[in-house]
Amino acid sequence: MTADTTSVAAGYTVPRRFGAVAPAVIAGVVLLALWELGVRAFGIREFVLPRPSSIGQALVDNWSTSEGVSTVSLRQAGWNTTVIAVSGLVVGVSLGVALALLASRYVRVGRTLTPFAVAANATPIVALAPIFNAWFGITSALSNQAVVVVVVFFPVFLNTARGLLEVEPSQIELMRSYGASDLSVLRQVRIPNAIPFFLTSLRLAAPLSVIAAIVAEYFGGPQDRLGPVITQNASFARYAEAWAAIVVASVVGLALFALAVGFERVAMPWRRPVDGQ
Amino acid sequence: MVAAAQGRETAARRRVQTALAVAAALALFSVLWEVYKVVGGTIDDRWSDVLPVRPDDLTMPHVWEIAGSFIDPVQRGSSEILAVSLLKAAGFTLIEAGLGFLIGTIVGLGLAVVMLRSSWLDRALVPWINISQTVPLIALAPIVVTWGRTTFLGDTVSVALIAAYLTFFPVAVNGLAGLKSPAPEALELMRSYAAGWSKTLFALRLPAARPYLFPAFKLAATLSVVGAIVGEISAGIRGGLGRVILDYAGRYTTGPEKLYAAVIAAALLGLFVFGMANLAEARVLRGEKQES
Amino acid sequence: MLTPVPAISIQGVGKTFNPDSDGRIVALDGIDLDVDAQEFVSLIGPSGCGKSTLLRLIADLVTPTAGIVEVFGKPAHQARLDRDYGMVFQSAGLFSWRKVARNIELPLELMGWSKADREARSAEMLELVQLPEFGNHYPWQLSGGMQQRVAIARALSFKPRLLLMDEPFGALDEMTREHMQNELLELVAEVGTTVVFVTHSVSEATFLSDRVVVLSPRPGRIQEIIDVPLGDHRTEETREDEAYFKCATEVREALRRVGASS
Repeated sequence: MTADTTSVAAGYTVPRRFGAVAPAVIAGVVLLALWELGVRAFGIREFVLPRPSSIGQALVDNWSTSEGVSTVSLRQAGWNTTVIAVSGLVVGVSLGVALALLASRYVRVGRTLTPFAVAANATPIVALAPIFNAWFGITSALSNQAVVVVVVFFPVFLNTARGLLEVEPSQIELMRSYGASDLSVLRQVRIPNAIPFFLTSLRLAAPLSVIAAIVAEYFGGPQDRLGPVITQNASFARYAEAWAAIVVASVVGLALFALAVGFERVAMPWRRPVDGQ
Repeated sequence: MVAAAQGRETAARRRVQTALAVAAALALFSVLWEVYKVVGGTIDDRWSDVLPVRPDDLTMPHVWEIAGSFIDPVQRGSSEILAVSLLKAAGFTLIEAGLGFLIGTIVGLGLAVVMLRSSWLDRALVPWINISQTVPLIALAPIVVTWGRTTFLGDTVSVALIAAYLTFFPVAVNGLAGLKSPAPEALELMRSYAAGWSKTLFALRLPAARPYLFPAFKLAATLSVVGAIVGEISAGIRGGLGRVILDYAGRYTTGPEKLYAAVIAAALLGLFVFGMANLAEARVLRGEKQES
Repeated sequence: MLTPVPAISIQGVGKTFNPDSDGRIVALDGIDLDVDAQEFVSLIGPSGCGKSTLLRLIADLVTPTAGIVEVFGKPAHQARLDRDYGMVFQSAGLFSWRKVARNIELPLELMGWSKADREARSAEMLELVQLPEFGNHYPWQLSGGMQQRVAIARALSFKPRLLLMDEPFGALDEMTREHMQNELLELVAEVGTTVVFVTHSVSEATFLSDRVVVLSPRPGRIQEIIDVPLGDHRTEETREDEAYFKCATEVREALRRVGASS
């Protein structure tokens, strides 16, 4: 195993038959039921774990207008955060792929830089948020987008580069024996090899972008985003509203994850995705 | 043996090369930083919109100012230098991260073993485990901490739980893959010895899972630091790096270089933990060449 | 006159995989075979004839859908629980995280032997397979042939009376293969084990065995059993004997009759 620690994939393929889905659905229903009953039965104080029904209620109440502490509705806050997350995701993924392609073209440069990328990925990148706030202005969306870009960039770069570079030597030899140019080798061998790696990193980057956006929001900035909605409601003990915002964030993350998985299906209908390492 | 001595020699040479490469990279980065400031300073007045980041001393302190802040006193009149104060904060965060890592690893491995034992539970739990990572539990940090305060668990444990939430996922996923990895013949071998499920787990599956677990540990280690820092910030806990970063961000105008120093400290903490995980891997897997 | 209990007694054995579904495969049908103690018997046949399945039926790694398998007078299941046999596969299957000696000690550990006993036995086995200085090496440091020798040492470490081998030399080059065959015969003679050996190779089966069992393509049935009366002391020279060639030709022709392609 290489020292790549950038992405750990679930090896999760979306099941096709109901029989395969059934256990998960059952488990989910059981968990929800336990949650609802447990809170009632043990009288767990509302702030630890509001009943799912309370959260559902808060979600509905706050969707278009805010009943809670913040002035923004969940829909609006959700939208604002989603825009930041998605724009950061797109830029981060593009940069990651672009630099990976460059690294495969200029292999020696790529190989010297990769350890730095691995190291950078090991640092808590979200800690850069206040610095970006200072650079780009605390009220601008750019400072949070920059955090998302950097967080997403590294796993995408490292996995894609790995897919581009770690090709069977025998395949390259075959292409060379045909007198193929570097560009040809890239198109015919490296890129197809890299696609599963790239898609694995995409699966990871999608929900990560939402989380990075929300965490960046913790470091200050405009209040009409999901992060501040969560913290403000929590600090005023409006926990159901806080959880409702978290549900919105999770749904967005899930939707992006589903998009990434769907993209995989379209791009590689014939194969199961590869586990990144 | 000669081979081993030569091996040690090349390893030492590689360490020196790495150190030189890092030093070169830092030097290059510092030069680029200062060049940007100088060049940007000349065109700033007329074309300030062109530059993504303003090159003035408040937004971008000089490299030597940032470096110097490490040895300046933490506050005016304090006898403690910033570096020491950051070190203490890093230690505080490290404890939370370490505890979180431990809890996350135990939970993750436990889940992996459970899912190994029952394929029904495997199919039932995998989607929920995946979904768990889209829920920004980090966002719940204030709630977790408040809850922690009503029980005997302190703030440290609460933040550790947040770190554990990020940690358990890679360990569970990779652990399960590793536990399932032995070839059918290896499993037949154990059956031929009439070895039961638990003996097979300890003698075969767990050792075979290590090449899968170590990359997960490396990732989990860095995630635990992230979880600890963000947990501290959103829960408002004092004593750790998260709080320090937040404080210096708030007092940015009076000392921008301090924020940079704190962020660098956080980065170094992440690297430290990552390095430890790499060392642990090297130590444990010493001598056994692993086939990828 | 007392007839000694055969080491292995297979009576009317059949094995069908997935009997209730579309993927139904009749791997073996109507197998009757006795193997005497200290006999060396090879199973040979075209791909898919069920020879590996038959071996695993003896090992109780697979249960028969018809018939009975008895090992040393007891049901195969009991024989497995009693650890009456050792098994060697085509890939040595050594645990890469254990040193060679500790690999040999694996079954002994599982049986609860003390550390001192284990170490003494693994040292003994290393001598037996002529790898005495390699106990502290890791498997990756050994060649394919050496790894197989360790696998054999592991299989024999608890001195079972029966050795089951599934194409153990299949992955080795020809020179190493022949060398290992010689060594195996010496080893088996020294320890006195019964051996059931699965192979693809006519020359290997003939060289090693007292009897060669030729199986037909799926569903596998015993086509013929060929005696190989080449005596107990076979060496390099034996490979060049007339008698050896005659037996090998018999086996080859039996395979051709069975419709083994190539």
